[in-house]
Amino acid sequence: MKNYLPRSTSGIFYTGVVLVFALIPVFVSLSGQIFYLDIFSRIMVLGIAAMSLNLLIGYGGMISLGHAAFLGIGAYCVGIPVYYEIYNGWVHLVLAIVVCGIFALVTGAISLRTKGVYFIMITLAFAQMVYFTFVSLEEYGGDDGLVIELRSEFGTWLDLEDNMVLYYTIFGVLLVSLFVVNRLVQARFGRVILGSKYNERRMQSLGFDTYRYRLVCYVISGILCGIAGLFLGNFTSFISPEMMDWTRSGELIFMVILGGTGVLFGPIIGAGVFILLEVWLPQIITFINKLELGVELPHELWHLILGAILIAVVLFGRGGIHGLLTRRKRG
Amino acid sequence: MLEIVNLEKWFGGIKAVDNVNLRVNENEIHAIIGPNGAGKTTLISQVAGELKADSGQIRFRNEDITSLRPAQRARKGLARSFQITSVMLPMTLLENVSIAVQNRKGHSFRFWKSALDDNELIDEAIQALRMVGLDDRAHRIANEVSHGEHRQLEIAMAIAMEPELLLLDEPTAGMGPEESTDLIKILQRVKGQKTILLIEHDMDAVFSLADQISVLVYGRIIATGTKEEIRANPEVQQAYLGEG
Repeated sequence: MKNYLPRSTSGIFYTGVVLVFALIPVFVSLSGQIFYLDIFSRIMVLGIAAMSLNLLIGYGGMISLGHAAFLGIGAYCVGIPVYYEIYNGWVHLVLAIVVCGIFALVTGAISLRTKGVYFIMITLAFAQMVYFTFVSLEEYGGDDGLVIELRSEFGTWLDLEDNMVLYYTIFGVLLVSLFVVNRLVQARFGRVILGSKYNERRMQSLGFDTYRYRLVCYVISGILCGIAGLFLGNFTSFISPEMMDWTRSGELIFMVILGGTGVLFGPIIGAGVFILLEVWLPQIITFINKLELGVELPHELWHLILGAILIAVVLFGRGGIHGLLTRRKRG
Repeated sequence: MLEIVNLEKWFGGIKAVDNVNLRVNENEIHAIIGPNGAGKTTLISQVAGELKADSGQIRFRNEDITSLRPAQRARKGLARSFQITSVMLPMTLLENVSIAVQNRKGHSFRFWKSALDDNELIDEAIQALRMVGLDDRAHRIANEVSHGEHRQLEIAMAIAMEPELLLLDEPTAGMGPEESTDLIKILQRVKGQKTILLIEHDMDAVFSLADQISVLVYGRIIATGTKEEIRANPEVQQAYLGEG
């Protein structure tokens, strides 16, 4: 690799990433690997969720360990209406926005009174409360979850039952999210959020009521994650409290760090790498075992390898994958 | 402009600020001098609102601000600089100052228009940077500039807020003599136009800038007056000037 990469290397790379997402359905229909349509839908949905978390962690310095709660709430905002045979997608969307917004407002108002480790613990606690609430709701399947019989209906022009249409709808939401988050962090609001991450005391002495700005940021992030949840529900067609378990929140954090915190495309890259490793590592182990080299690798070994890769990225690639891409620029 | 009445602050059993009374008049520079540990920074932190007053009152433009939070006081027109540089290190000098400008342009719940090429912010930020002589380095990252430049940035940020009252906590702290002289020149340019409460160790700075001087020793103000009065005061000489 050259010592000085052109400034726009990461820009070219990320444009390429968007193109890959746009062309996956073409690849799928040519190769017949329908499986990958599913994988990339999931990458985009979790990418949007991780992007919303990046608003908190990367731009705001607020490390939330309860973000999967919003993902789950968003999904149940599809699941529960569908259970009552309300299929209108706009109803689902408004519900997801309102419920996630209110939940973020209430829990954020309390959580943001704390800092650091306490903030992590309190967001975790709120998320676990939601988790156990849904576990105990027997009407909606409790632990076993709900099957979403029919996907959200946004009108005849947008038939989400068609996987291809669903894919491109999620792709559209992803592009809009990228655009909106990009505006947000460059606007005055984003400057205050970023400034509060770097030096909250100074921001206060400059006259900014940092608590209020952070709370609004928390609500925006919660709503965006809720929208991701709505599409997660639609595309998995099965939802359960398990999707808002704290380990899910941990995975979201990992996606953010893996891709690069405070970087617009970071979470998408993080989600992509994370999920593709999850898919490919078991396949690789199966492949090695088929070679019959005399040792039978335990199938679950892939978890260990995934963990090792993640640790390596955090240790050696400060700034995540984005950091690796741009590292040499400052030489 | 600023009136401090019977202000006190306790840290455990130690009285850091002991029954302080102080008046700062409009457009004058009021300097507070005193030996290390006299409670100067504690006092300025109380005026800025970061430390609560245990008793007493702080009045700003005839309004009691004793119970207001720092951000509220800043919006009323109080700006402070920090003795230990406190800026947003990963941001450029320009970004740091334009955030300071941003605050007086109304609330920042503006989510769409980019702040990075907003001339309303940039122009005034550049102006403040020019005042302290940093405009040619506007795009440097704050983390990568020298200590002296950090001190200048502190002043630029405070000036950019266009405050009614500027609280400067040892602006020349850790500076070499040359840098110090430059900074004094900058402050002389705003002298007479701005009300400043200045804490300073550097006696050259104090005597060339201040209209009024108060001497703080062990949390108590032992004398207030013009520089001639302070120089002539036997108590001050004994407690402070004589030692130096």
